[in-house]
Amino acid sequence: MDRQLKGILGAKLGMTQVWDNNRIVPVTVVQAGPCVVTQVRTPDADGYSAVQLAYGAIDPRKVNKPGTGHFAKASVAPRRHLVELRTADASEYTTGQEVTVEAFEPGQLIDVTGRTKGKGFAGVMKRHGFHGLRASHGVERKHRSPGSIGACATPGRVFKGVRMAGRMGSARFTVQNLMIQAIDPENNLILVKGAVPGPKGGLVLVRTAAKGRAKKGGVAR
Amino acid sequence: MNTLDALDAQSLRTDLQVFRAGDTVKVHARVVEGSRSRVQIFQGVVIRRQGSALRETFTVRKISFGVGVERTYPINSPSIDRVEVVTRGAVRRAKLYYLRGLRGKAAKIKERREKSVG
Repeated sequence: MDRQLKGILGAKLGMTQVWDNNRIVPVTVVQAGPCVVTQVRTPDADGYSAVQLAYGAIDPRKVNKPGTGHFAKASVAPRRHLVELRTADASEYTTGQEVTVEAFEPGQLIDVTGRTKGKGFAGVMKRHGFHGLRASHGVERKHRSPGSIGACATPGRVFKGVRMAGRMGSARFTVQNLMIQAIDPENNLILVKGAVPGPKGGLVLVRTAAKGRAKKGGVAR
Repeated sequence: MNTLDALDAQSLRTDLQVFRAGDTVKVHARVVEGSRSRVQIFQGVVIRRQGSALRETFTVRKISFGVGVERTYPINSPSIDRVEVVTRGAVRRAKLYYLRGLRGKAAKIKERREKSVG
């Protein structure tokens, strides 16, 4: 864990499109930050180095006592969300410091984490992309069913982990290697090329990409 | 008022002349060929305007060497230099798909007479 990364919390505002080189680019608008550093983890004190960011307005009366104390220690107003980023350069942060969208730059690759929209109890076609059964040729009222879920007397049971219908969505999900199309520091906006998990208004975490390298032949800017 | 209207407003074009389905227009579109760009003119009848705000498009139909050609442009595209209205057409629908089945004189659209004030 000696990777350096930058991160910021924000809210997904929705999708729209912008023009770039006379081409339409689909973008997700994320209102990110300003976040505030509430704690810096150091190898000496905590065994690892990380920076803790807080984001989002909250009524101070709604914050519990431990939370109030934690924010008071950093001498910042209480925020709604906290997140910790394991980064090697955590020592460069100080508590109370603000992190804004200017930590990022257009063209940079990022990973965006959010909580996906809940789909409720979903069948295997929606949940796992099964193809279902035929529309005709004698199939009766089973068109969206999974078909066989195992063999017969050997093994005589259904294996663990067989994909079946169940609750779908409302899970943490990260989209990797999205590109930042533009940044609007005035309004704290990040325009991310492509889609981002979660509903409008949902909390998202924007981080520098863990894997990505800029694609060859990307749109010149 | 939607959340992203303010952002979309930056990409919206307000400089284009007003036109609607039935009008004959000349679309001056910038075309990039290699390193240089030129303006290409496409003249024809607007057979539809589709979508709204930032995502609105319009389709122009013309007969080129006996073959019907339709081109759809995003109305807010920066590659459109300007849209010149040649004639205003008097039509009773918003989508003129019936023109596709007509040719020659039958596909002619009457010119719209501007209503006189009184």
